[in-house]
Amino acid sequence: MISAILLGFLFALLLVFAGKFFKGKFAVLSSLIPLGLFLYFLQFIPEIMEGKVVKESYNWVPSFGVNLGFTLDGLSLLFCLMITGIGFLVFAYTSAYLHHHKYLDRFYGYLSVFMAAMLGLVLSDNVISLFTFWELTSISSFFLIGFNNTQEASRKSALTALGITGLGGMFLLAGVVVLGNITGTFSIAEMLNMSPELIKGNEYYTLAVIMLFGAAFTKSAQFPFHFWLPGAMKAPTPVSTYLHSATMVKAGIYLVMRFTPILGGEEIWNTTLIVVGAVTMLYSAVHSLFRTDLKGVLAYSTISALGILMFLIGMGTTESFTAAAVFIIVHALYKATLFLTTGIIDHQTGTRDVTVLSGLRKVLMPVGIAAIIAAISSAGIPPTVGFLGKELTYEATMHAPIIATVLLVGIVITKMLLLWAGFVAGIKPFQGNLPDSLKDTKMPGPLMWVPPVILAVLSLVFGIMPFIIEGSLIKPVVATLGGESGEIHLALWHGFNTVFILSLVTITIGTILYFVLKPSAKLETAVGKLEFASPKSLMEKFNTGFTYVSSFWTRVFQNGYLRNYVFIIIFFLIGMVGYSMLGNTEFNIDTSELSNVSFYELVVFIIMCIAILFTVFTGSRLSAVVAMGVVGLTICLVFVFYSAPDLAMTQFSIDTLTVILFVLVLYRLPRYLKIQDHKMRIRDGILSLLFGGMIAALALKVLSEPVNTEIGDFYAKNSYIMAHGKNVVNVILVDFRGADTMIEISVLTIAAIGVFGLLKLRLKRTDRVQ
Amino acid sequence: MKTIILRTASNYLLPVLLLFSIFILLRGHYLPGGGFVGGLIAAIAFVLHSFANGLKNTKSLLRFHPGFLMPTGLALSFFSGLSPMIFAGDPFMTGLWYHGHVPVLGSIGSAMFFDMGVYLVVVGVTLTIIFTISEAP
Repeated sequence: MISAILLGFLFALLLVFAGKFFKGKFAVLSSLIPLGLFLYFLQFIPEIMEGKVVKESYNWVPSFGVNLGFTLDGLSLLFCLMITGIGFLVFAYTSAYLHHHKYLDRFYGYLSVFMAAMLGLVLSDNVISLFTFWELTSISSFFLIGFNNTQEASRKSALTALGITGLGGMFLLAGVVVLGNITGTFSIAEMLNMSPELIKGNEYYTLAVIMLFGAAFTKSAQFPFHFWLPGAMKAPTPVSTYLHSATMVKAGIYLVMRFTPILGGEEIWNTTLIVVGAVTMLYSAVHSLFRTDLKGVLAYSTISALGILMFLIGMGTTESFTAAAVFIIVHALYKATLFLTTGIIDHQTGTRDVTVLSGLRKVLMPVGIAAIIAAISSAGIPPTVGFLGKELTYEATMHAPIIATVLLVGIVITKMLLLWAGFVAGIKPFQGNLPDSLKDTKMPGPLMWVPPVILAVLSLVFGIMPFIIEGSLIKPVVATLGGESGEIHLALWHGFNTVFILSLVTITIGTILYFVLKPSAKLETAVGKLEFASPKSLMEKFNTGFTYVSSFWTRVFQNGYLRNYVFIIIFFLIGMVGYSMLGNTEFNIDTSELSNVSFYELVVFIIMCIAILFTVFTGSRLSAVVAMGVVGLTICLVFVFYSAPDLAMTQFSIDTLTVILFVLVLYRLPRYLKIQDHKMRIRDGILSLLFGGMIAALALKVLSEPVNTEIGDFYAKNSYIMAHGKNVVNVILVDFRGADTMIEISVLTIAAIGVFGLLKLRLKRTDRVQ
Repeated sequence: MKTIILRTASNYLLPVLLLFSIFILLRGHYLPGGGFVGGLIAAIAFVLHSFANGLKNTKSLLRFHPGFLMPTGLALSFFSGLSPMIFAGDPFMTGLWYHGHVPVLGSIGSAMFFDMGVYLVVVGVTLTIIFTISEAP
């Protein structure tokens, strides 16, 4: 399984070197990777059908007891098949859609990184690796949305998406850490084995749930975080199909489903999901009425569908789980089809404005058939699988645990509006008369029109023969979620009952709405006037304010003058440390235990004092530096007197080099020293005295504290036994705490590279832009 | 500071100081010393040479940019840390020792190579910074 995940990453790596090969004629070959993976995951179906769970585990950080575990159960399998199956079609479609694009190899690279990350996400048993893959999907999505990086709108949308999903990533990390603390494990399988009461009774249960919801709602574009998804439609259409409709945005759904058996069932879990899902599905279904861009319509109807899924999972019954599982398949099939046909229309006609498009059936017949089947499936008209999904959804909502009637009205209205959206995207462009401007539209190659046709046919096949998915996909998913999978019987005809009447009502009113309400630019601008109150503009206002505050902050505190930085740092340090020391500091200097001051020490002390006074009062910068050097050397001597030869040696060399560096830098400064006026000198003097006094007080305080010698004793005792060294200081540096040293020398290297880069960088005049 | 005395002296002092720095590096495990101090001393030796003979001469004596010592040292330290994982299957940074007496060095272990890496990084960092600053226009 791990090799299946790694394959995508390896392919992306290969593209760095063999990009040219996959850019030209052989671009379509790259679709063999998802196809191979799809077949690989298909062969697990019989095993999963029997209720087995496939597990793999690798040692990751054994000293922390962290294992890299992968689990394939019903839920993972459904997602894996969607990721690789739709991935295969999208990879193939892209080779024609971005035919001979300059950066096609990059595009495939991002796409396969995304695919691999998504597979890792749904297969991870370890929540930390789940988080890692989660972040990787956000990052690859960022690159794909910003693929047309010469357009400002693309870049902006990419950043918005990264900002929102990145925020979600933070929530997820916090959530899994809290969860890890509650359960004492990072493995989902082990969490499942614990008694649920233990987790739900924990005082941090609510916190964990809120964090996980934060992650799921941002990723799956739930209200009020939904606005990144319409923006993400700036990406090339294959990306919208794959990431922002079929797979990535369902990662949040996956997360909620995955944790339902562990955290679900409580009121906060169910109610939040139902409310957020219901608000999202209605809000964005209404919004889709006001779009004229085909992709805009599809984006809002996708958000609405994600809302429906959250809502269904929130109800927490076997019926609702079944409906959710079926609806995931339904939505993936029809929405991917509609996106792909939209991509074809865009590619062949150059526009996605639905008010302009009509009559395309005359020129794009096979595409039209696929789109119309998808529209029918989205409307929930038999014999497509969409009908099945809608019936199950209504059935589940009727038996909702809370306010079933209100929810039922909500879902019926949502479905009517979604029917409108599906018809607008799937039927409207192909209906009516072909305008002259579109007369010479050409049929694209089979690589483009076959993928949507395959998906549309699957919508039909699963609708007519639901038993294909019943045992292989739906039942295992429901079993994973903790439902009674034995009760499930999918069938197209449920009999003439309330649900069927509701279906008829939905279809009738929805169709009437389609004929009455035409998408128009006027409506779009009308609703645009309300934009100032939308979550998106509120977020933008907040961000603008944030930038303003931070630039003010930077102007004041980091104005580029070194003296200012030093002043502020020392000032705050005195304030903070001094405040905490005030009142609770006692000194008991025990003079009886002090050794006698020897003649040498006295001499060194006097030299030090003279050197300090000289540094402060000298008029020449160079002599100040030399005097500082003298101070450093006297400190070395103090170290020697008190038997710290290691420190003395190091201090000596450092001091020598510091003086050299100072001289080298000061050499370049202007000649005069008195750049401060009198007032500033007094201010600096007071600050220095305060700081020095505080450090002295601190040192005395440290001396009067009881000393814990345990660590020192350990090092002294084991230095020779364990590390074969007699010099304890050095053994600590290179052995006991060698990892620290490793990091320190890396930091040194970075500093040196920084100095080198800053001083050697000579930009051309034209490049010097602020 | 291009006096004849300093120039002549620095030519002789350079190898002596370098030898001394290596001595300090190697004795570090038993007596005061170690890679950090050793590296600083070696850097000072080159700086002294450059003061007396000019930066150009020192650089031509070095033959390569001191910056290259940084990745070399980092790699040496890192691989000395990795070596127990490769050779003994122990965790990262476990001490690995050759239990036998080696003339001059005493005993050899992965920690010694780690210290050598530190030495190289310190020389590289110090010289890179000082050379860059003194070359700046």
